[in-house]
Amino acid sequence: MSQSTEIAPMAAGNPDRLTGFRTFWHYFSVNRGAVIGLFVFILMVLAALFAPLLAPYAPDIQDKTAFLRPPAWQAGGSVEFLLGTDAVGRDMLSRLLYGARFSLLIGAVVVTLALVGGITLGLLAGYFRGWVDVAIMRVMDLILAFPSLLLALVLVTILGPGLFNAMLAIALVLQPHFARLVRAAVMAEKSREYVVAAKVAGAGHIRLMLATILPNCLAPLIVQGTLSFSNAILEAAALGFLGLGAQPPTPEWGTMLASAREFILRAWWVVTFPGLAILITVLAINLVGDGLRDALDPKLRRS
Amino acid sequence: MLRYLLNKIVLVLPTLIGITICAFAFVRLLPGDPILAMAGEHGVSPARYEELKEQFGYNLPIWQQYAHYVGDAATGNFGVSISSKRPVIEDFMTLFPATIELSTFALIFAMVLGIPAGIIAAVKRGSWFDQGLMGTALVGYSMPIFWWGLLLIIFFSGYLGWTPVSGRIGLQFFFKPITGFMTIDTLLYGKWDAFRSALSHLVLPAVVLGTIPLAVIARQTRSAMLEVLGEDYVRTARAKGLSSSRVIGVHALRNALIPVVTTIGLQVGALLAGAILTETIFAWPGIGKWMVDSIFKRDYVVVQSGLLLIALIVMAVNLIVDVLYAVINPRIRAS
Repeated sequence: MSQSTEIAPMAAGNPDRLTGFRTFWHYFSVNRGAVIGLFVFILMVLAALFAPLLAPYAPDIQDKTAFLRPPAWQAGGSVEFLLGTDAVGRDMLSRLLYGARFSLLIGAVVVTLALVGGITLGLLAGYFRGWVDVAIMRVMDLILAFPSLLLALVLVTILGPGLFNAMLAIALVLQPHFARLVRAAVMAEKSREYVVAAKVAGAGHIRLMLATILPNCLAPLIVQGTLSFSNAILEAAALGFLGLGAQPPTPEWGTMLASAREFILRAWWVVTFPGLAILITVLAINLVGDGLRDALDPKLRRS
Repeated sequence: MLRYLLNKIVLVLPTLIGITICAFAFVRLLPGDPILAMAGEHGVSPARYEELKEQFGYNLPIWQQYAHYVGDAATGNFGVSISSKRPVIEDFMTLFPATIELSTFALIFAMVLGIPAGIIAAVKRGSWFDQGLMGTALVGYSMPIFWWGLLLIIFFSGYLGWTPVSGRIGLQFFFKPITGFMTIDTLLYGKWDAFRSALSHLVLPAVVLGTIPLAVIARQTRSAMLEVLGEDYVRTARAKGLSSSRVIGVHALRNALIPVVTTIGLQVGALLAGAILTETIFAWPGIGKWMVDSIFKRDYVVVQSGLLLIALIVMAVNLIVDVLYAVINPRIRAS
């Protein structure tokens, strides 16, 4: 814990960016798991970006001569379809590679929406206090009162099934965590000298909130953002699995699992690989999140 | 203490009102006409439509509709399910024990493994066991449980043929439920083979549902234990010459468990969310599957009431946990 005094100002927008990053990397790279997670995550991003180049087939092309072909190493499989094919003869590997695009897109969109919403509400609540605060935080409490997946399910029922609506619903469900975090940080920072100084110097409300206070609340937000990224992927996959997220034939991993369910006892590969892809992605991001927490915010350290 | 309790209840009231507003608004937010939405795919005749409108009170001003809704809910009237034609509350009461049974076993599984594992990891901090456990816990925490369930079915039901794939009990067993808990009812009837059948149906879903709580509990126990092991009173106990097992088992554990108990209590919401997926995979006839099925059947009366009832349960459990926490830990009461 002796590093806390050293890091906090570094992470908080030190003008000397390079040293800031070096300090950050120093603490981040101590955590071996985090580095591995980051490496895997970068691979995922590359796979998603270059899916059309890497994938041997288009994700929706069906080979009518190759239904439920097992992976290459199993009897009956061939190198033609490295990870086998699904029930309508689509190449699993290609679909998984394209699926990475959806998962990363889901994570990015959900976290962006939740961040923007959470930061806005949290800043307003923490900065103005009073009835604004009460009103906003009561609504946040209310959202948190529902089990997240249940609320997401119900929201998707209202909005209609589909990937975009699923993302909206998940963002809404995850957003209170950000609002609470920002509010707490704003309340802690608001009475600090530098904020008072900026106010005396004539800074307006908007400037005080966005330019003076917000940059100093970033560390916990980054950590929460990372953890929400993996949460979003899991929840979206769960919605897809239940048939309310991305709709077939979208090669979203959860949706792929849903259509693979009936072949579970006949073709293990159609079930195993999409789930493994979800697990590896989520695990990698959670590892990075743990590393970020250690590096950015010693106060939040769990162990 | 009474003041603390009253204070807590007052704090919960806005959430309670908010939950009823959400459930009330749900049907009205659905795209299209609420009565047609509730009537399902078959539609209704114009005469029946007017009748239903009258019956549901849709011709009244919105605040009156809300008042009626809350009044009905408070007296246990949640409407009639369109698909089962039975009062929603009756269906809920039949299905809820299945979810409680599943969640209880899941929680027992998570605690029985998670607490000792967390303690050992903390005591042997940095050892291979600690690192391995924390790694495993992170995998468990990142697990898409709907996939985990399918994998277990492939292996244990498909490959080994040890456990059934779905349901709560073998179809050959049929008896009138007493408590609604299969494991208890079969014992009350003294039918051992039925009890075994119920248990074998329960194992996989309980493991699947318990996986994430297990990871959370193991991590939480470890960190709570580490914190406590560094405290003065633990050092004092050691210095007095007490055996290591007594220091850990009595002095440290008792204090470390307080945050763990809270964590367990707060898992209830997560358990019910997880139950939606677990019950769907294993065709477990509980309220999670009921909700999902009702969404697909467009039985929105059920979805609305399910939403309300589940949120109320989670809220009540969290309140109880809060109060219990204050009972164990006087410091909370004071603040």
